[in-house]
Amino acid sequence: MPRIMMRQMKRGQTGVITAVKVGGELGRRVRDMGLVPGTQITVQGRAPLYDPVALRVMDGTLTLRNNEADHIEVEVSEAREGRQS
Amino acid sequence: MTKPITVALAGNPNSGKTTLFNALTGARQHVGNYPGVTVEKKEGLHVTPAGESINIVDLPGTYSLTAYSVEEVVARDYLVQERPDVVVNIVDASNLERNLYLTTQFLELGVPMVVALNMMDVAEDRGITIQASRLAELLGVPVVPIVARSNKGTAELMATALTQAGKDWNPLHISYGEDLDGVLFSMEKHIAEQGFLARLYPPRWLAVKYLENDSQIRERGAKESAAISADLDRWVQEATAHLQKTMETYPEAIIADHRYGYIKSLLRQEVITRKYDADRLYASDRIDKVLTNRFLGPLIMLAVLLGLYKFTFTYSELPVAWLEGFFGWLREVVGGLLPDGYLKSMLVSGIIDGVGGVLGFVPLIMFMFFGIAILEDSGYLARVAFMMDRIFRMFGLHGSSVMAYIVSGGIAGGCAVPGVMATRTLRSERERLATLLTVSFMNCGAKLPVLALLTGVFFANNQAQIMFLLTLLAWGVALLVAKLYRVTILRGESTPFVMELPPYRLPTFRGLLIHTWERTWQYVKKAGTVILAISILLWAMMTFPGLPASEQERIDALRQEVLTSYPAEVVQEATDEAVAAAELSPEAEELLANLDALDRQEAEKTLEYSAAGRAGRALEQVSWLAGFDWRTNIALVGGFAAKEVVVSTLGTAYSLGEVDPEATQSLAQTLAEDPNWNPVMAFALIVFVMFYAPCFVTVVCIARESGSWKWGFFAMGFNTVFAFGFAVVVYQIGMALGLGG
Repeated sequence: MPRIMMRQMKRGQTGVITAVKVGGELGRRVRDMGLVPGTQITVQGRAPLYDPVALRVMDGTLTLRNNEADHIEVEVSEAREGRQS
Repeated sequence: MTKPITVALAGNPNSGKTTLFNALTGARQHVGNYPGVTVEKKEGLHVTPAGESINIVDLPGTYSLTAYSVEEVVARDYLVQERPDVVVNIVDASNLERNLYLTTQFLELGVPMVVALNMMDVAEDRGITIQASRLAELLGVPVVPIVARSNKGTAELMATALTQAGKDWNPLHISYGEDLDGVLFSMEKHIAEQGFLARLYPPRWLAVKYLENDSQIRERGAKESAAISADLDRWVQEATAHLQKTMETYPEAIIADHRYGYIKSLLRQEVITRKYDADRLYASDRIDKVLTNRFLGPLIMLAVLLGLYKFTFTYSELPVAWLEGFFGWLREVVGGLLPDGYLKSMLVSGIIDGVGGVLGFVPLIMFMFFGIAILEDSGYLARVAFMMDRIFRMFGLHGSSVMAYIVSGGIAGGCAVPGVMATRTLRSERERLATLLTVSFMNCGAKLPVLALLTGVFFANNQAQIMFLLTLLAWGVALLVAKLYRVTILRGESTPFVMELPPYRLPTFRGLLIHTWERTWQYVKKAGTVILAISILLWAMMTFPGLPASEQERIDALRQEVLTSYPAEVVQEATDEAVAAAELSPEAEELLANLDALDRQEAEKTLEYSAAGRAGRALEQVSWLAGFDWRTNIALVGGFAAKEVVVSTLGTAYSLGEVDPEATQSLAQTLAEDPNWNPVMAFALIVFVMFYAPCFVTVVCIARESGSWKWGFFAMGFNTVFAFGFAVVVYQIGMALGLGG
């Protein structure tokens, strides 16, 4: 199962966080909001200018910028590209 | 009587905390500030069915108890210093796992607690079932399912809270894995032996905070005892170095992982069952597919903001007209009852006009706040921040800056005072400063009366469009100036954006009303006190010291001259009230017109010789560049106190300049008929009012929030110079193009 950075995830793609490679304030905030290793996330969409990204985490929706998603490594199960409902 | 029990409400933002607070306290609320900071402190009284009064404190909504934001520091300082009898931790049942992160930290602190499992109805709709009794058993604290919106379960919640009140603090110990548990044990032992900060924090909690590298706690620790703090730091450094070498991670990351691990292990023990796949799209997600759609999203956003304008301006028209009518009537009644003189002049021109000018706009502001409350309570404002972040970043700001701007009047009608305070959610000092120095450029509720008046008079045919354009202009200027600050005096890196998009919710009518009422009341309170005082002060400035004797003699002589230049029967005819105006002879009409002109001259001279007139005249030397005469200058000086004073001062200035104080000709008509005013000058004035120095209340807030008066004075100076330059450009170009009419 491939490991990629969150920025590369496609809309509708699901994965499990394997590492959050950042400390300090950003790291703390990211973890406070539930983005820790073992958490399953799904990319729900992106803002009109492709940034920030909206994620389904646990039972809520979080947003973060692409350059923040760069610190989060995700193990993706399969590429469910562009799944639309 | 014993001291009433204090219950602290705590929980994540969007968990329904405010709804519960409103449900528990009703109208018995009191909004203040935490000492030293400007985070709002809401307190209220709850009366139990048994008649017992309970003091309820609404702590700021936080996701964690770290020192990430001022809200978090305020919440935990309140808990450890004020020691409430019990904490009611409200959690969103439909998003349990993330919400329990904060709960876990309360447990680690050990404060007596009850968990309020809110939004059970939403969870049910999502096919999530939660065994409250099982959760209570595992957490070791009572768990009460409630639906705060419909007041379901709140009575039981309060009854349960009372059973927990005043219990001993009992900190929970979570294992943070073998790498940290050892060092934690040593640190905890050392802290306990030394009694280090024992009056405030449980030893293990303090050790964990040191490991989490919590800046506030470390500072406090260093102040208490530099030696013990240094001992603890050594352990922390050792552990940090070890983790870096072996796992490339930080102690705080390990701690967070284990907290979530603890929560996951709880939830797996038959606490939560799901009917559907967790990935299932909720109604909220489906709405988002449209509302944050790449193409539709921005269009809808624009339409929503424009719709808010239409709503505000169209529906408030009628009540505005009623209020104007009422004050016009009041003016006439008071004017008719009192004899001419200073008292009548002060009542009519100082008080009634001043208060009426401001209160007349209350319906408009109420409608505006109602609209904003709908956007806020429904969850749409967070989407606006989400969609806007990319743009805000270009100007060196944060997506959350949008909140401060919107509160300040980004959707016209806010107030820069809460706007400046809203910047507290921004962590980076530079982004915060850039935001709080520019929020006052927005069209706040106090500028609205000025803008509405001027656009109503000079751009009546497309008032809504012009007002919308002015909002865009405010945004443009605020963002460009922010960018200017961020590349010059406030250069530096940007801060984390990570934020929640709360599920869409239908706002409750009660919530909307409380919201609208609170903000409108703030405005009225200001109007009723500060404005009234200033209105009277300005009336005095515009009345005293009065005409010099020589001037008075000159005008009296002129009047006498006019009267003697006509035959006695003409004078008789002109002053005879029994003769209707239409039946006057041409000579009598001429005489009256001449006398009229003299009266106007006298009134105008009186104002010119007054304290305010002299100041206005002096400023005219410069202000003519933007087309402002001395009356406008007086009004603008008054606007330093509060922007809406510009309207009441103009009103006072013009009614005093008129001959007949009983004439209830509205200010709008006066301006429309005044030859000094034209659309170009009006637009230059609009621009100046929008961007010049913030009102003194805002300046005080800027100084306090930035921690330095330097920034308060900076905002006053920079904004005034900038606004004047802008107004001059508008006026000069407009007049050169012949748009002045």
